[in-house]
Amino acid sequence: MNRQVRRVGLALTVMFLALFAMASSIQVLRSADLYKDSRNVRASYETYKTQRGSILVGGTSVVESVPVNDAYRFNREYESVLYSPVIGYFSLFSGTDGIERVMNSYLSGQSSAQFFEQINALLDGKPVTGAAVELTLDPDIQRAAWDALGDRKGAVVAIEPSTGRILAMVSKPTFDANLLAGHLYGPVTDALKTYSADEDQPLVNRAIAGDLYHPGSTFKLVVAAAALESGSYTATSTFENLDTYRLPGTNTFIKNSSGSTCGTGETVTLEYALIRSCNIPFAMLAVELGQERIRVQAELMGFGQELEIPMDVTPSIYPIELEDSQLALTGFGQFDVRVSPLQMAMVSSAIANQGVLMKPQLIDLVVASNLNVLSQPEPTVLSAPMSRLTAGYLTRMMVDSVEVGAATRAGISSIAVAGKTGTAENGPTDPYTLWFTGFAPAEAPEVAVAVVVEDGGGIGQNGTGNQIAAPIARMVIEAVLAK
Amino acid sequence: MSNVSLTSAIPMLLKAVPRSRNFEAVLLFWVAGIQAFALAQVQLAVVQRMSWDMLLYWAPPALGAAVVHYVLRKHAVSADGLMLPLAYLLNGLGIAMIYRLDLAEIARGGIELYAERQVWLTVFAMFCAAAVVRLVPNHLALRKYPYLAGAAAVFLLILPAAPVIGKTINGATLWVGIGELTFQPGEVAKILLAIFFAGYLISKRDTLSEIGSRVLFMKVPRAKDLGPILLFWVASLGVLVLQRDLGTSILYFGLFLVMIYTATGRAFYVGAGMTMMITGALVASRLFDYVGRRFDTWLDPFANVNYNAAGGSYQLVQALFGMANGDVIGTGLGGGFPQLIPLAESDFIFAALGEELGLAGIFAILAIFLLLVYRGLRIANSHPDDFSRLLAIGLSFVIGLQLFVVAGGVMGLLPMTGLTTPFMAAGGSSLLANWVIIALLLRVSDSSLKRVQS
Repeated sequence: MNRQVRRVGLALTVMFLALFAMASSIQVLRSADLYKDSRNVRASYETYKTQRGSILVGGTSVVESVPVNDAYRFNREYESVLYSPVIGYFSLFSGTDGIERVMNSYLSGQSSAQFFEQINALLDGKPVTGAAVELTLDPDIQRAAWDALGDRKGAVVAIEPSTGRILAMVSKPTFDANLLAGHLYGPVTDALKTYSADEDQPLVNRAIAGDLYHPGSTFKLVVAAAALESGSYTATSTFENLDTYRLPGTNTFIKNSSGSTCGTGETVTLEYALIRSCNIPFAMLAVELGQERIRVQAELMGFGQELEIPMDVTPSIYPIELEDSQLALTGFGQFDVRVSPLQMAMVSSAIANQGVLMKPQLIDLVVASNLNVLSQPEPTVLSAPMSRLTAGYLTRMMVDSVEVGAATRAGISSIAVAGKTGTAENGPTDPYTLWFTGFAPAEAPEVAVAVVVEDGGGIGQNGTGNQIAAPIARMVIEAVLAK
Repeated sequence: MSNVSLTSAIPMLLKAVPRSRNFEAVLLFWVAGIQAFALAQVQLAVVQRMSWDMLLYWAPPALGAAVVHYVLRKHAVSADGLMLPLAYLLNGLGIAMIYRLDLAEIARGGIELYAERQVWLTVFAMFCAAAVVRLVPNHLALRKYPYLAGAAAVFLLILPAAPVIGKTINGATLWVGIGELTFQPGEVAKILLAIFFAGYLISKRDTLSEIGSRVLFMKVPRAKDLGPILLFWVASLGVLVLQRDLGTSILYFGLFLVMIYTATGRAFYVGAGMTMMITGALVASRLFDYVGRRFDTWLDPFANVNYNAAGGSYQLVQALFGMANGDVIGTGLGGGFPQLIPLAESDFIFAALGEELGLAGIFAILAIFLLLVYRGLRIANSHPDDFSRLLAIGLSFVIGLQLFVVAGGVMGLLPMTGLTTPFMAAGGSSLLANWVIIALLLRVSDSSLKRVQS
């Protein structure tokens, strides 16, 4: 029987050799490939073990990684919910978002720019420390925008027109990133579940993403720009002054928001129609211009374009293949026109910057732990959507709109504010979407603003852009001017 | 059938097996030290400080091992001196890894903890092993009841398919349970089967070895002697179909083949048996969805369709990611993410160990198992009584085969099965069965020298 025992021993040896070989194959030959598989979350978890860089606003850090006594060594601490929509979160169990996501390679010390730092750290036996990211946000302006929006649902964006630097970006309701950054699985996933299930979508940064909004009358700026750029229109071009207008090819009639004609004359000028925000002349203008001209103008201002600030911005939409009746509705920002608040701030910014649109940017500076500057985005021109002359005309109309027209509540006594309101319809009985976009001071603009308030600011179809959104913009402008 | 005469066996025996209980005692101290070190490393790595908590995971198994050692001193002084320390080492490392996974679970706010339970199950299993050594003064008594053992094994095997108490967990019907208490009768059945095969084959081996005719290079037994193998083949496939577990099926059939081969010396049984088993499994994979799915996920675990399927390859792929993360030297206990692998504390503890101890640790663990199995074969080789040899072969082979099927499944070498890593995985039935196997092997090894001397 000993021969059999030896052979059984041999068989077992062969089986174990197969196990040795398989383990060697997995842990040596294939280990690098397996580690890199996109479904392997271990690589991203390892980043928890390095001290992640801080995120700074106005020279002080608002997000820091603080050493703690657990396997992940550092806990991410967020100073204020003010910045949540922009900064996002860095979570062990629910992914990352916002700046935390798009700047992850710098923050975690893994970017190619930090290659030599990694080598040095390896040689010194010290762990790599992530780079710090300074944002363009201004804490005072951000705070003013946050406070001005109050408890309303919506968003505020403020841009420096000459550089594209984003000075404020607020979205409400928002979330507490600390609840998502913890190391306890239960509470973190519970918080994520609660936020995800909330129909107000607190995790969405409404300023650049989400479902987009009807721009309402703020879109008249784009249509007016298209008209002036076409060369066939001036500020004093006239339109027949009707109290109702039949949409071409239909039996549907539209009215101005006043319910009557636009002023008292037989005809109405482009200028007057913009200042008073009359719908009928812009519906007629849109049909006269044709959809191509309007679309080209909109795209020059950023519609339909992929944009990274560095987060992805959902492209705003000017619809295609329109019937004339639909084209007429787009003239005052209805039908399927959809915009992000950032897009409307860019429209004002282009007008404010004499027709040159600067690329919006949130990153001011990226500094490695050894104080090397890794990245410092320069102001860049995104496009030149209109002539200086067109920008000048539009500025004058917008200033008048605030001084005597439909946007009076954005007015500040000592300076000229340029602005345009919007009160967008969403359905026969749905609350309005309330808008303001503009800039100030009109003669030397320091800031361009867009404000959107959802759900009619809580008063259904009774609120207007002038009543609810314009004062919010005024407070943001005042905060900029106070600097 | 021994090729070695009794007189020539004596010096070989004396040389081969260290019978010193003192040697065993020294090794036990050493193993207790290794386990304490592993527990300390877990605490330092996961919570950055050492605490007296580790005593709970260290002292009871150490005490259990001491009790087995004491019983061996009193009642089986000549028993093999390596098996107890080796089994205790595997068991202790398993507890350290389960404790480490518990700490990760606590950090996630979870409440499903296993280590403390595993400690008490270990102590229970060790006490049972001590009781077997103490209460079975002569294992040859087992030879008298092969059919009783066989009937008991069959009863235990079909128990999970019984109504009310039978339980299906993760698709396999291998458990019986009342409320929270569950038990895997198949684990104990493998011991009874080994006893049954040993007794049965010893009495029938002369008929089974008779040559029928010669076909090609193989001697083919007479048709009527193929009865038992056919019967057992059908029974194993029955296990596969009814209990939905390929591993259990392979384990029992493999045990049977090795024992019939050892008893008869006929390679034909192994060749025919393996062919039949593979054919059966392939046919089953065509006929039964759940077997087919296991094969699909095994053949292409990285395909998204298998990865995302419920009960697909997610677990296997996570295990491979974990082992890859371990690389050659491992992340160190507490340094990896074995908690990402579903069932890391039980079915996939091998992958968890691979991640944190690395290829070096895997080699060490495989070497410990191989050494344990070799000791068992050594015991078989050196015993003068054929029943004892057959029993020792069966019992040691079943440990080796079970590890092969489990580790092979975890690493993608074989389709995944529901078997557990002996001594290491969380679970009482497996611990109990494997410790009883150790006790029986110790009992056999003790008797061999005594019989030679008498």
